[in-house]
Amino acid sequence: MTAAIEVTGATVRYGDVLALDDVGLTVAPGRVCGLLGTNGSGKSTLFKTILGLVPAESGRVRILGHTGTAARRRGLLGYVPQAEQVDWAFPVRVRDVVMMGRYGHVGPRRRSRPADTRAVEHALARTHLTDLADRQIGALSGGQRKRAFVARAIAQEADVLLLDEPFAGVDKRSEATITELLLQLRDGGRTLLVSTHDLAQVPALCDEAVLLQRHVIARGSPEEVLRPETLMAAFGVRAQEEGSPWTP
Amino acid sequence: MDTLITGVVDWFTVPLQFEFVQRALLVAVVAGVVCAVLSCWMTLVGWSLMGDAVSHAVLPGVVLSFLFGLPFAVGALVFGAGSVALIGVVNRTSRVKEDAVIGVVFTTMFALGLVLVSRVPSQTDLGHILFGNVLGVSDADIWQVLVLAAVVLAVVWFKHRDLTLYAFDPVHAHAVGINPRLLETLLLGLLSVTVVVALQAVGIILVVAMVIIPGATAYLLTDRFERMLAIAAAVAALAAVTGVYASFHLNVSTGGSIVLAQASAFTLAYLFSPRQGVLRRRRIRRPRPRAATAS
Repeated sequence: MTAAIEVTGATVRYGDVLALDDVGLTVAPGRVCGLLGTNGSGKSTLFKTILGLVPAESGRVRILGHTGTAARRRGLLGYVPQAEQVDWAFPVRVRDVVMMGRYGHVGPRRRSRPADTRAVEHALARTHLTDLADRQIGALSGGQRKRAFVARAIAQEADVLLLDEPFAGVDKRSEATITELLLQLRDGGRTLLVSTHDLAQVPALCDEAVLLQRHVIARGSPEEVLRPETLMAAFGVRAQEEGSPWTP
Repeated sequence: MDTLITGVVDWFTVPLQFEFVQRALLVAVVAGVVCAVLSCWMTLVGWSLMGDAVSHAVLPGVVLSFLFGLPFAVGALVFGAGSVALIGVVNRTSRVKEDAVIGVVFTTMFALGLVLVSRVPSQTDLGHILFGNVLGVSDADIWQVLVLAAVVLAVVWFKHRDLTLYAFDPVHAHAVGINPRLLETLLLGLLSVTVVVALQAVGIILVVAMVIIPGATAYLLTDRFERMLAIAAAVAALAAVTGVYASFHLNVSTGGSIVLAQASAFTLAYLFSPRQGVLRRRRIRRPRPRAATAS
């Protein structure tokens, strides 16, 4: 079976800094993979590599068997950005953001057709944002903001979703709502790669997990990866000193 | 009372009897509206300094155009776009930060322009280039402004959704196969052309005001991008008319008057905007986003 996400031997350097060192990652279709690591562990760089935003010194990326460029052109890759990367004061409505998911499907003027409007309405309904669709994007709560970007990926009909820290700045109740939504997407056949330094949601959400610290330290089921011995082996000293290396 | 009404009517109608005032109004309004439309994206992307850079960098192009007898837009475009490209190259190939690169390139170009002006024998009046001469525009100038304005507005009409996508989330653009670098280049190209349009109205020094202030003003007044475009254009058109009239009646600089009129609009929005105004915000505290209905 073709892997949904396949990264092999990815090495990325920013100047003299080695950001990713021979990273390999394979996620089968219809699975949720948690990408775990501290700040600066290379999670974001790996996302950028998969998205084709930073050139890898070596290694390759395949999305459902396609090269990165081909996958992007087919709209296979959906991206849910970290909260800090979004300008929440930008004058767009929730509906406008979700419609941007359709831009790969429409003509050069990006004019929406009835089918696109339907896809947007459907995505808004799936994420329970229909009633908030005409609000400015920043007038949403933390959890609603995340769901708006997930709705954009749904409207895009992306098969593979990359979610960068979806639980950051989200309250407990919204965490559960988001987890439920993501599991529904998985059950619909989508593949999710979820980066997080918040481990609380990992067992409930992820089918598998990868522990990253510039290279892959551990991979397996969430239980295996989250075992204290594994975490200790990876971050032994810091874990003992600080109690938990995961607090942001 | 009658004399007051007559006075007000005269204030508006008397200047219109002069052809040069009619032409100035046309150029100022068209340039103002085109700049205002672009200013919405400039404000959101954060390109104020880039607007300043491009406008100053066109000076040598304008001078050389006069020297070779070309429409001044040709030289201005070459140097405007060339400077943007140069900024990009130096930025990518050195460790110097972008704002410093912009500062180096545009002052260098401006200096080159000053040196050229002092050596090139021509009837070019440096003052007109630097500060605008909208009361003395020729037919050729008017045609250049109209054609370039039409080009900018047509491209914007065709690509406005992509430009907004680029301003909001270039990574998503990339992820769905839309090249953000291409959109960035398009926006910079539009900026170059727009600067040339606005040169006629307010001159090189004040062009940057025209591509920032209307957008910044509208941004304080609305949360919807389409309304932002409309408000910015309306502010700019009103400011253009106000500026030309003030300039006529008070015998003061036209470019300066137009920009001051825009700045007045910005000040009013800054103080009294229903939601963003500093005076309003003291009384009505905006509900914090997190306080929106639980998710």
